[in-house]
Amino acid sequence: MAESYHLLKRADFIFRNENDWEDILTKTIKRTPQDIINELISSELKGRGGAGFPTGLKWKITAEAKSAEKYVICNADEGEPGTFKDREILSRVPYKVLTAMAVCANIIGSKKGIIYLRGEYHSLKEALEKTISEFEYYCKKIKLDFTVEVFMGSGAYICGEETALFESLEGHRGEPRNKPPYPTIKGYMDKPTVINNVETLAHTFTIFKYGAKKFYDLGVQFSRGTKLFSVSGDTPKPGIYELELGMSLQDFVNEFGDGDTKAVQVGGASGFLVPRKKFQETAIGYQGKLTGISLPTGGSMMIYNSSRSMFNVLDNYLEFFREESCGQCTPCRVGCQQLLIGIKAVKRGERPAQYLDKLLKLSETMQITAKCGLGQSVANSFASIVENFREEMIY
Amino acid sequence: MTQKIQLNINGFPVDVKPGTTILEAASKVNVTIPTLCYHKDLCVAGNCRVCVVEVAGQKRLSAACATPCEDGMDILTNSLKVRNSRKHIIELLLSEHNADCTKCYKNGKCELQLLASEYKIMTQDFIELLPWKDYTIDMISPSIIKDDSKCIRCQRCVRTCAELQGVNALTVAYKGDKMKISTFFEKPMNDVVCTNCGQCVNRCPTGALVEKNYVEEVWDAISDPGKHVVVQTAPAVRVGLGEDLGFDPGTRVTGKMVAALKRLGFDSVMDTDFSADLTIMEEGTELLTRLKKALKDKDPDVKLPMATSCSPGWIKYIEHMYPEYLGNLSTCKSPQQMFGALVKTYYAKARNLDPSKIVSVSIMPCTAKKFEAARSEMHDSGYRDVDYVLTTRELSIMIKQAGIDFMSLPDMEFDRLMGESTGAAVIFGVTGGVMEAALRTAYELVTGRPVPFENLNITAVRGMTGVKEASIKIENPLKEWKFLDGVELRCAIAHGLINAKTVMDAVKAGKANFHFLEVMACPGGCLGGGGQPIPTNAEIRDKRAKAIYEEDAWKPIRKSHENPEVQKIYKDFLGEPLSEVSHHLLHTKYTSRQRF
Amino acid sequence: MDPIQSLIKELAVKHGRRRESLLPVLQGVVEQERYLSEHSMIEIARELDLPAAEVYGTATFYSFLEHRKMGRFVIRICKTISCSMKGKNQVLLAIQDMLKISTGETTPDGRFSLVETNCLGLCHKAPAMLINEEVYTELTPEKVREILSEYMLK
Ligand SMILES: Cc1cc2nc3c(=O)[nH]c(=O)nc-3n(C[C@H](O)[C@H](O)[C@H](O)COP(=O)(O)O)c2cc1C
Ligand code: SF4
Ligand code: FES
Repeated sequence: MAESYHLLKRADFIFRNENDWEDILTKTIKRTPQDIINELISSELKGRGGAGFPTGLKWKITAEAKSAEKYVICNADEGEPGTFKDREILSRVPYKVLTAMAVCANIIGSKKGIIYLRGEYHSLKEALEKTISEFEYYCKKIKLDFTVEVFMGSGAYICGEETALFESLEGHRGEPRNKPPYPTIKGYMDKPTVINNVETLAHTFTIFKYGAKKFYDLGVQFSRGTKLFSVSGDTPKPGIYELELGMSLQDFVNEFGDGDTKAVQVGGASGFLVPRKKFQETAIGYQGKLTGISLPTGGSMMIYNSSRSMFNVLDNYLEFFREESCGQCTPCRVGCQQLLIGIKAVKRGERPAQYLDKLLKLSETMQITAKCGLGQSVANSFASIVENFREEMIY
Repeated sequence: MTQKIQLNINGFPVDVKPGTTILEAASKVNVTIPTLCYHKDLCVAGNCRVCVVEVAGQKRLSAACATPCEDGMDILTNSLKVRNSRKHIIELLLSEHNADCTKCYKNGKCELQLLASEYKIMTQDFIELLPWKDYTIDMISPSIIKDDSKCIRCQRCVRTCAELQGVNALTVAYKGDKMKISTFFEKPMNDVVCTNCGQCVNRCPTGALVEKNYVEEVWDAISDPGKHVVVQTAPAVRVGLGEDLGFDPGTRVTGKMVAALKRLGFDSVMDTDFSADLTIMEEGTELLTRLKKALKDKDPDVKLPMATSCSPGWIKYIEHMYPEYLGNLSTCKSPQQMFGALVKTYYAKARNLDPSKIVSVSIMPCTAKKFEAARSEMHDSGYRDVDYVLTTRELSIMIKQAGIDFMSLPDMEFDRLMGESTGAAVIFGVTGGVMEAALRTAYELVTGRPVPFENLNITAVRGMTGVKEASIKIENPLKEWKFLDGVELRCAIAHGLINAKTVMDAVKAGKANFHFLEVMACPGGCLGGGGQPIPTNAEIRDKRAKAIYEEDAWKPIRKSHENPEVQKIYKDFLGEPLSEVSHHLLHTKYTSRQRF
Repeated sequence: MDPIQSLIKELAVKHGRRRESLLPVLQGVVEQERYLSEHSMIEIARELDLPAAEVYGTATFYSFLEHRKMGRFVIRICKTISCSMKGKNQVLLAIQDMLKISTGETTPDGRFSLVETNCLGLCHKAPAMLINEEVYTELTPEKVREILSEYMLK
């Protein structure tokens, strides 16, 4: 076990209800863009939406891009099975997210922010829009030219993928684009765009307020700061928890399991299933050179106890992917269908157990050839479940 | 910026300009990368993923068609990883595809089949997915068959319909495993805005979109001793047909084509070029009549610009999209339909045949012509004027079936009566050609002198620019046309319906003040038609265009009004252009259709 | 102008007639009508000057933009893993039993439609469902019967 793991430590930044966002906004926009970007970079904050791109760098590249029009987009599509933190942020501390968006806009030279809110969260819309109008009123007062619009999704997981999200905003089918070009250069309406997860933006608020050091001192190397975890499944205390990054999965299970935990799905359907025997050696955080197995995550932690069939779990995930794939690229569209009917065929005895190996190879191909993160990450759960619970797939 | 990017492909160094894709760079070092969704005429989609290549240092593969080269890249296009992945992808496509190849119209011409053969996919390990899917085979349109069970979702057709044609009859619908290529509410192609242009057919890599073929029907007619089967061939066929029969693009095969048709057993092999010349007479006169009404009689109701009406894809397009401009269309039938109406009247009389025993077949570069021939208006001879329309591709099928060694056939001449044509008629097959032909005749009719261009070549209307504009000043006209003295006759030419849209929107906005508009539905004109040999791309279309202009230059007569058979038909049968008989047989009406 | 046409005009005035307005307009119609009929899509295409096929292709991408006729109350029950582990099936059976329809169907009186949907983001309060935009969590067969009884009176 790598030495950088630590025990589970709770934290309370994100939901701490602070009534000083106006001060923070006014103070922060007075700082030079360079100064803020440096602060973000030194905090080592990485994106909380899944991909883990350094946030400071993202803002920096977009700030340097030359364009009269730029956009700041908050990704609130939160569709990953087992994640529900972004909804809580937007309903409990929306002004933190708005403040972060305004600061970002001010740095990169944008006047317009958009929150892409998944259709399932329609019930948040009214309250959120009310907060926005108060927020915009304050922006006007301090002569900050910035408005925010809420754009509703309509039930498509793939629209959380940033370029699919742009397509959706532009009124199209949510089909991911080819990359490069990246959003920082060509995003929404082909203009340089910062797109960040709700939680990422909320963390920047913490950094503006308390400074990069405070944030950096939390967590471990390569995985600094805290993170919200959405805990569900076989747990006596499902819910949202802010924890420092870098804890071992064993500690997590000790805290949240029901005493009979068989496996944990880290990072939702597109993440990894970790079996009990690997709890000790697995840490939760971004991948880095020092750590052993370290699993990045959008924060979804689904706990399964020994009553659960891993076949059913995988079957459920694959059905999800088969339906939610945008369908444009071959490996993902057809691959998901093949994986799903393939495991069923093995289970029913219509295909030999070795067919699972062919499917594992297929999932590898999907990982390296799919056009976007959806198809690329199906292999995560597929391989980790099939490899660790092969018997359950067959008998 | 003359900045260069240097990279290695399979160990070979190559220099490219920024923005070059890996696929393009590879072709510079003689490396072919397989593609499916990629098409030179279309924007890059990057969705089939068969073009994946390995970039050293990256775990994931990159789609060569969609990835720009970067300095220092080290690319492998045929590593083990690449080959295995590609094989997987081809297998996946096959598992979702109705791979009943021996029963497929595209057997031997299918890009997926070719790839499967190249990669020697000998087994199908994956589970066949078709039994799980509900798919439709739409055979209602007289022009196009859409078979979803063969679709590989490359979206080439959708991009064609939107980018090149601006029609958007096809769209991508649903997502995930249900994603499919569809029309509005999955209606039959025949019930939506589809113009039958067949450009999607030209670009579909598999048998999902094909022309509705009438090969068997035509064989039946030929074999029926009670039937007299007449065939006509459109101008663009003679510069395309060779491609399906072993010749390079741009080879003129007129004489061989005639010889082959005779060997197939057609009773009479005549030329649509004849009726193209006739079209010029009618349409040219119609234009001059409209100009006279507008400029001399100051008739406020006369509709200008007058638009050509030879392209049935364009006709259906304007009927759907700009029905308020139907009055601007020339009332002339297309050359195919003029020919058809005359076969069962003029020709039947001259040859003393019972028109009910005549089967009239046309060979067209076009799928929309099948729809045109089936229009209810096209029965002016008292019978269906054109019974069967075959595409260039279908003709090549018949020639192969008949065991004709096309490449070594001696040249033969068209049969007489309606087989003589001029260079003006030949160029109907290329964008700008109708305009050029019309100007050659109209100018001479008005001034008594040939058009003032070297060798009659009106180069301003030639070339592959999407929208071309030209004008010609009329000086010293004959007495009868005095009102045209000094008038600048302004013309516009569009090919590809997306360009027609540009022009029509300008007309609609009152920003266009020309007199004569030529529109061909297909890119490059008929030579790029939906019935021409596959593949198609700008380079091939250029070669066909060059061949057409050669054919024109080579013709002894190059002006429609000098065609002796045209002169004869006016003398013996029609009287004069726009006569009553002409009106009855050679002109038509249009129907306003739904845009949505 | 029929009511759909005036609704679409209104939505176009509110959201604009650009391509970016398409989703909000589609959503606006679904909010009122619960689904997009052929007529609605044609009118949207006309109002926004878009090809009808594009409207159809875009709408069918999104699960919430139904184009089959839907009831006044659309019940969307989450079928993703956490809900499915916590007794979604029993809840679903209770609903089916009470409304006498199976998944994907609408009651003959046009009041209720029942569909399954992917993760609603309520996994910690599984099983969960939406009725139109309203959220219901920690469902049990008893609880769902109570909820539906109330809707039946609406
Ligand atoms: C299939 C798929 C779904 C995604 N869904 C979300 C999402 O719901 N929310 C989110 O913030 N990011 C999501 N992402 C990641 C985004 O593409 C993008 O990386 C992220 O919004 C960037 O913000 P961050 O740097 O703050 O994490 C998804 C990615 C993929 C491939
Ligand atoms: S990987 Fe899946 S979701 Fe992503 S582009 Fe391909 S088909 Fe669409
Ligand atoms: S040809 Fe490159 S992805 Fe299809």
